[in-house]
Amino acid sequence: MKLTLKSSPHHHNRRDTGQVMRIVMYAAIPGIIAQTWYFGFGTLIQICLALGTAVVTEAAISELRKKNTERIIKDYSAALAGLLLAISIPPFAPWWLIVIGTFFSIAIVKQLYGGLGYNMFNPAMAGYVMLLISFPMQMTAWLPPIFLAEQSHNFIDALHVIFTGYTNTGFSIEQLKIGVDGSTMATPLDVLKTELSQGYTITEALQNPIFSDIYGQGWAVVSLSYLLGGLMLVKTKVISWHIPGSMLIAAFVFAGAFHLYKPDVYASSLFHLVNGSIILGAFFIATDPVSASTTNRGRIIFGAAIGIWIIIIRTWGGYPDAIAFAVLIMNMAVPLIDYYTQPRTYGHNTSVKEK
Amino acid sequence: MFADYDEIIERISIKELWDFPGGVYPPQQKELSNRTLIERISIPDLCYVPVKQHIGVEGQLSVAIGDTVLKGQALTINDNAFAVPVHAPTSGLVVDICPHVSAHPSGTPDLCVVIKADGLDKWAELHPLKDYVSLPRADIIDAICKAGISGMGGAGFPTHIKTSDAQNLEFLIINGIECEPYISSDDRLMREHAWQIRQGIDVLVHLLNPKQVLVAIEDNKPEALETLSIACLQQTRYQVVSVPTKYPAGGEKQLVQVLTSREIPANGLPIDVGCLMFNVGTCFAIADAIVEGKPLIERVVTLTGDAFKKPQNVWARLGTPIDHLLTHGEYDTSKQKQARIIMGGPMMGFTLTSVKAPVVKITNCILAPADRELPEPEDERACIRCSACADACPATLLPQQLFWHSKAKEYEKTEEYNLFDCIECGACAYVCPSEIPLVHYYRKAKADIRLQREEKDKAEKARIRFEARQDRLLRDKEAREEKHRLAAKARNESLNQDGGAAKDKIAAALARAKAKKEALATKEKNAASGELKTSKDEPTENRKDQTDVLEKPLQDSYDGVQDAKKARVAAAVARAKAKKKAAADKANSDTQTDANGEQNK
Repeated sequence: MKLTLKSSPHHHNRRDTGQVMRIVMYAAIPGIIAQTWYFGFGTLIQICLALGTAVVTEAAISELRKKNTERIIKDYSAALAGLLLAISIPPFAPWWLIVIGTFFSIAIVKQLYGGLGYNMFNPAMAGYVMLLISFPMQMTAWLPPIFLAEQSHNFIDALHVIFTGYTNTGFSIEQLKIGVDGSTMATPLDVLKTELSQGYTITEALQNPIFSDIYGQGWAVVSLSYLLGGLMLVKTKVISWHIPGSMLIAAFVFAGAFHLYKPDVYASSLFHLVNGSIILGAFFIATDPVSASTTNRGRIIFGAAIGIWIIIIRTWGGYPDAIAFAVLIMNMAVPLIDYYTQPRTYGHNTSVKEK
Repeated sequence: MFADYDEIIERISIKELWDFPGGVYPPQQKELSNRTLIERISIPDLCYVPVKQHIGVEGQLSVAIGDTVLKGQALTINDNAFAVPVHAPTSGLVVDICPHVSAHPSGTPDLCVVIKADGLDKWAELHPLKDYVSLPRADIIDAICKAGISGMGGAGFPTHIKTSDAQNLEFLIINGIECEPYISSDDRLMREHAWQIRQGIDVLVHLLNPKQVLVAIEDNKPEALETLSIACLQQTRYQVVSVPTKYPAGGEKQLVQVLTSREIPANGLPIDVGCLMFNVGTCFAIADAIVEGKPLIERVVTLTGDAFKKPQNVWARLGTPIDHLLTHGEYDTSKQKQARIIMGGPMMGFTLTSVKAPVVKITNCILAPADRELPEPEDERACIRCSACADACPATLLPQQLFWHSKAKEYEKTEEYNLFDCIECGACAYVCPSEIPLVHYYRKAKADIRLQREEKDKAEKARIRFEARQDRLLRDKEAREEKHRLAAKARNESLNQDGGAAKDKIAAALARAKAKKEALATKEKNAASGELKTSKDEPTENRKDQTDVLEKPLQDSYDGVQDAKKARVAAAVARAKAKKKAAADKANSDTQTDANGEQNK
């Protein structure tokens, strides 16, 4: 009788990489629904474009590298990177933007570095930063939430804007940005930055119709929806609490300290957390295992530093939101953090003298 | 840093144990085999008893081919402290003593005594120590050793060594955890033989005198907990502790941590933190050895997995070939595309190379899983650095970093990350989403490092040998040179000692020769012309002649003259110097006296 020889363990918990990636994608669904509800069907179209580009790029490169393409596609890591980029960019951005961005993320940031597991930078965020620097106009063209917009738009309009730049009925993206009050609308963080730079106080800036109390209309709901998905990820142990927890707490404390110091100049902690994409970043982006720290203490440092960087860049930097930059900066620090945060091994450095 | 004795007792009494980091919760699957009584199975026709079944050295063979042996008769003698004897599992004939496929992952043949059963199963004469309490400790320990007992939980460490030296023992821990899924041999043993296990514990307590005995059982075995609690009821020092089910709670290091919060130091032993641990199976065997006088010749083996039609626990004689057990459990080949038989559990067991391998002292389970039950792993994918492995590691290692460095053969780095603290429990590989056989990489790295160390050791020894040889050669050479030098010195000295006489002789000879020559020359001159040579020329001519005749001695004497001259000059110089120095000294002492005088003032 010929026997099979295999090394132990012979048991496996059957949660493979593909499953992990898929769970993350499912967890993003509540946020995507909210985003579609408030900002139109653009998001869904962007997601389709991104998934298509990501899979095709990944397949093409794995063919070039003579790898098992089917297996690589089935780990869903390319699809997830595409999805995250798609939900980060303005829903009505032109089609080529997401295609270029996704291609860059997968081909350059991920595969050129050696593929899954070897990329130093978060592919989605590197792609985002590349787009933001190369195409600043398109990358900041966020439409106001539908109920605040003067022109309503439907799925067909979204399709038209993305592929031609105009809606079915001939409105341009600039016209779509006009709110019910007749002025061009921007994102809550944009508004705050602009108003503060013109010498208004925080309280005055919050009078803008995009805000309801301190919450950006629509934006806050989208953020909380992502929070829901994120908590689900923590619950299912797909991600650990360390990175999102430390990131949100650090941002909260850091922003809070400045707010207490000068409430007119520095926005409150809560404002920072619900407006912009810090929650999406904390649960879905900074937790990308490949480019994040791998030790628990390291994760806390990594997350906290991202949180602080976000507030620094938002407050004093040139960009209204800063998830991508903060994440990339800390990606570079990961090897160092990991090296200095090795946990104490069982039986080492105990008070009992080692023999 | 760790809890003291009283705190531990307190925590145990309120049932608030500590925890170990990491760990995993694989499906238990114990019900498959733990519902029926341990069955006694037929004795195989041929038993293959490996002469070494423990950690240490094998004993010396005491039987030969053709001998008739009785059941329980020793086949080897323990002539060494680390040797544990093996015994005939049944009565019969020694038909062969030869290498036979081993119960080891490699299957490398081991020396086995092959016994053909005679069917009588007749015991050898037994020597129980019923009244062991009145005997000296050494006798009891010797009896344990002679009974062939080594740790039955998996490591196979000789029990008599563990029992012989234990000062300041606080906790004697009896390990009934059995955290590996599927295995239920200890579970069944505890349920059915709790009393005898307690007898074994009694022996250990008598030998070791611990402050407290903790019998630890995982809470997924309520029946075993109950039976052992009843068995230990009368003993106030004994405490049966229910430990939360988590793999690998049964690991020695982990169990010590769970019960006492203490960590066995790296490269240390449990006794360093006041603990000592024995498996319940070992306790059972000790009771057998002391109370009944029976050596270890059989053990409980779990036959489990969906490929067995009759999964169960059996009493298997040591040396029983595995195929005998497969037949008994009605192994169904159709459940496996290619046969896969695991000795041990699904987490740490190993696949057998042959079904002819024998049952040994540490064989607790034979697992034959159906293909869909424990699917074979797919090819590994890329590591996504998710650190699920680090979260699962009970030793708080960084399995992922170990993996990178093991794969890249950066072995120094792996040691920096404490590779050798890995207990190979398999929790990391169990959770790895990329299905990387992490433990396999670590085993390979460990083996390579051990090999490197051995080679380094060898090279080091060779270097020392070489240097020693070089040293010796150099020493010999120096000794020879010294000898030569001394000999030369002795020669010179002897020459110098009677040097005066020799020189006188030479001088005398020279003088004689000179006189002769002069006489001759005078005669010739006188004869030829009658003229007398000027006295001035004489020495020159004489010297010239002498140079022609005896160059060397002349040179010596010339040098001697020169030397004398030099010596005179040197003496004059020395005198002058001495004079000068005396003057200077005088001046100095004068000033010094002045200085002293001034100081005195």
